Amino acid sequence: MSSINRHAKQVGATLVSNKRIGQYHQLLLNIGRVVEDARPGNFVAISVGGENSGLILRRAFAISRVSHRSDKGDGTMELIVAPHGAGSRWLCSQLEGANLDVVVPLGTAFGIPTEPAQALLIGGGYGSAPLFGLAEVLKSRGCRVDMILGASTVSKIYAPIEGKRSVNSLKIYTEDASAGTLGMVTDPIPSLIEAGLVDVIYSCGPMAMLAAISQIADQADIVHQCAVEESMACGIGVCMTCVLPVENLDGQVAMLRSCIDGPVMDGAKVKWNQVGKVAK
Amino acid sequence: MSNFDFSTTLGPAWFPTPLFTASGCASSGKELAQFFPLRDIGAVVTKSIMLKARPGRPTPRMAETPSGMLNSIGLQGPGIDTFLANDIPWLLQQNARVIVSIAGENVDEYAVLARRLRSVNGISAVEVNISCPNVENRGLVFACDPQASRAVVDGVRRTLGGDIPIIVKLSPDVTDIVEIARGVIDAGADGLSLINTILGMVINVDTMRPHLAGKTGGLSGPAIRPVAVRAIYQVHQAFPKIAILGMGGVQSGRDALELVLAGASGVSVGTATFSNPMAVMNVQSELRDLLVKKGFNTLKDAVGFAHRDV
Repeated sequence: MSSINRHAKQVGATLVSNKRIGQYHQLLLNIGRVVEDARPGNFVAISVGGENSGLILRRAFAISRVSHRSDKGDGTMELIVAPHGAGSRWLCSQLEGANLDVVVPLGTAFGIPTEPAQALLIGGGYGSAPLFGLAEVLKSRGCRVDMILGASTVSKIYAPIEGKRSVNSLKIYTEDASAGTLGMVTDPIPSLIEAGLVDVIYSCGPMAMLAAISQIADQADIVHQCAVEESMACGIGVCMTCVLPVENLDGQVAMLRSCIDGPVMDGAKVKWNQVGKVAK
Repeated sequence: MSNFDFSTTLGPAWFPTPLFTASGCASSGKELAQFFPLRDIGAVVTKSIMLKARPGRPTPRMAETPSGMLNSIGLQGPGIDTFLANDIPWLLQQNARVIVSIAGENVDEYAVLARRLRSVNGISAVEVNISCPNVENRGLVFACDPQASRAVVDGVRRTLGGDIPIIVKLSPDVTDIVEIARGVIDAGADGLSLINTILGMVINVDTMRPHLAGKTGGLSGPAIRPVAVRAIYQVHQAFPKIAILGMGGVQSGRDALELVLAGASGVSVGTATFSNPMAVMNVQSELRDLLVKKGFNTLKDAVGFAHRDV
């Protein structure tokens, strides 16, 4: 055995419900007891297309929340899926009761402060999904949780009503003023930091957003844990396609796999300006 | 059932089962060990290792294609020293059998890599990757040049002596794979790995530019299986005594059987592992069941069966 993905299992999961929410689908899957090992930030890899499909690669999705009833051996996880490609469209078209082939839980998780802290959670588009599960955990540890969500337009914001209960405040930013404040999620961060309201930043969303937050967090010397997104073939660390240039312990930049060295990474270590280039 | 002999040999190397990982599709095994004991398959074929550490290519490195995928990794790896210090001891500690794949930038580098491996105990075989199409210098594709492929194998053979079997991985992107095979067999190859990926390209019609940062990439997956079957069949016909490790889009026991019938003594599962971490194990049990069901007493009886007269 190795220490990589040591809780990961390949399981058959039943689709418990499939609801459309704005531009996204909320999928609930019963994955059984393995749910107990899933932590906020972890992701799953799901086979798509059915038995005779030409789509040979699994699709990776962040786990947004989990719940379990250990007495019954039931464990459900929630995924928020945007149906933009052939694989995600197939998944979103599945009916309740469908059986899915899932590898779970995968990747690194968000680090949870050992003492109560003031946490700022920032999500772009449906990148907000895993932040709600994280918010629940942070709240249960006595943290203050402020959340900022943003997207180009209101229909791309994912903010479920029940999720709002686990945050102390929620601000929304859209680029067309269709909801919340006109602007970007990065706009309010410097003043929140200056007011002493931020001990740690957690983020998930498009790479450009993560890069911009990292710059602000670096300047203020605030810890920033971000969940990155790179296209993956395997999700388990063998294909080497999802790499990012990241500074390692020796101060050298190495191409690390976002599937097993991530998805949650230290934003200060990612060489954002070298993404899409070769590590030097 | 219990009398069925599933073992195989690749040159002088013996393996209890004919199922292997494919180089570049299992890293150095650690990532798959969570899903099955590595010792339960024939051997782990490690990702091709080079002399020095390499960062590989920029992203995007991957594109999914109909029943396949393109990859352009650029042989990212830690270099032979780190590999021998970390990966080999770990694999041997798992009691896994190991085939080490090597790739060089020039003929001498292959011999230097072979020299580093000569003194390492516990390696079942060396796979010489002369056909990786991913590296920037087009000249690196030794496998397309009979002289160069021969020279590489000659150097590795002289360096290794007769102790460690040499398996040479060939590219199907050649006019006559039998001629390339002839050259490397003459130079001392004990076996051949057939086939490596096929060079391909995807253009993103939204950006109207090549999708991969490396522009071209290696095509793998079920899309290339008929090419693998053809190459194995042709080479087995020409050299029936040379062991072939077959690979190319194998996802099931039936797929593996097809390669065996064409002439493969062993089968590697590569891209299927990306979609199913248990793929090698599943193919292994399916192939065994199929062979038994078809009335074979040994795997060896099925190797090259498609060549026999009805």
